Amino acid sequence: MIQKDQKGMTLIVKAVTSYIVGIILLFGIYMTVHGHLFSGGGVAGGIIIAMAFINYLLAFGRELSLFRMYEICAKMLSVGALLFIGIGLFGLKKGYLFFNFLNTSESLNANFVKLFGAGTIPLLNIAITFSISASIFMIFLALIISTKK
Amino acid sequence: MPQIQIVLVLLIFAAIVAVEMRDLLASIVALGVVGLGLSITFLFLNATDLAVVQIVVEILSFIILVRAIRPRREAGLVVERKAISATITLTIIVLFLFFISKALFDLPAFGNPAMRVSERYLQNGLKETGAANIVMAVLLDYRIFDSLGQIIILFAAVMGILSIIRKVGRKK
Repeated sequence: MIQKDQKGMTLIVKAVTSYIVGIILLFGIYMTVHGHLFSGGGVAGGIIIAMAFINYLLAFGRELSLFRMYEICAKMLSVGALLFIGIGLFGLKKGYLFFNFLNTSESLNANFVKLFGAGTIPLLNIAITFSISASIFMIFLALIISTKK
Repeated sequence: MPQIQIVLVLLIFAAIVAVEMRDLLASIVALGVVGLGLSITFLFLNATDLAVVQIVVEILSFIILVRAIRPRREAGLVVERKAISATITLTIIVLFLFFISKALFDLPAFGNPAMRVSERYLQNGLKETGAANIVMAVLLDYRIFDSLGQIIILFAAVMGILSIIRKVGRKK
């Protein structure tokens, strides 16, 4: 349960945040994965995921154990960038760089593979989301931790 | 369209308010109004990806700005405006607007399809890439080197910020 009168914001903000943060995170992941069908894409999804974490951090105060988040965010940022380059290099032997080598929209039934038929585009969206969400949260952490109380 | 012009007039008004206010929190709120109005303008022009990214980035920068003015809420330094520099600035702005308006009448009308490369993207986008969202298809299949440059810039910006704000690692 939620402790009364701990550090951070008031009780109402903490109660609402504890219900809403999961939904914001889910919406960000939805916007990333369906980026090639509806509007949004990797950039907007990444920022929304970072804002879910920022919401949690602002509502519950900054005395949460944050010093491990630096390494986790740094690893996610590197994974995102390496995934982007890796998918691009993997298409190099089939044609040019960043060749869309998983495009199956002509061969299979289009209604079945609507989520997976766009080839490398959802994977690149996921890679961009990793890097953008990790970097924005790392910048926010640096601004929060380095100020005096 | 008259709706776009009303929103743009509101934007200019809010920007002037943001510059002239003494209280920093009020000027940040006026900046938020500018970002929101820009997002509504994008919605009137049927650019949904731009509107989503604009409003999300606006909220993020709003949070960071409110956090940044925490120690002091009054604008400390007020500069007197001199008459000579204001006259020179106004003259240059009027000249600029005059030449821009002469140049703008030579462009094709708004919405008139004078596109040659984009027509190919619009017609063959779904078949060649398999993505229904043409903006994502252009960003991540036809023009993907720009997204590569975006990730490089993101990396460089994050490393620059973290190397300045770091608390550990400073010699006492």
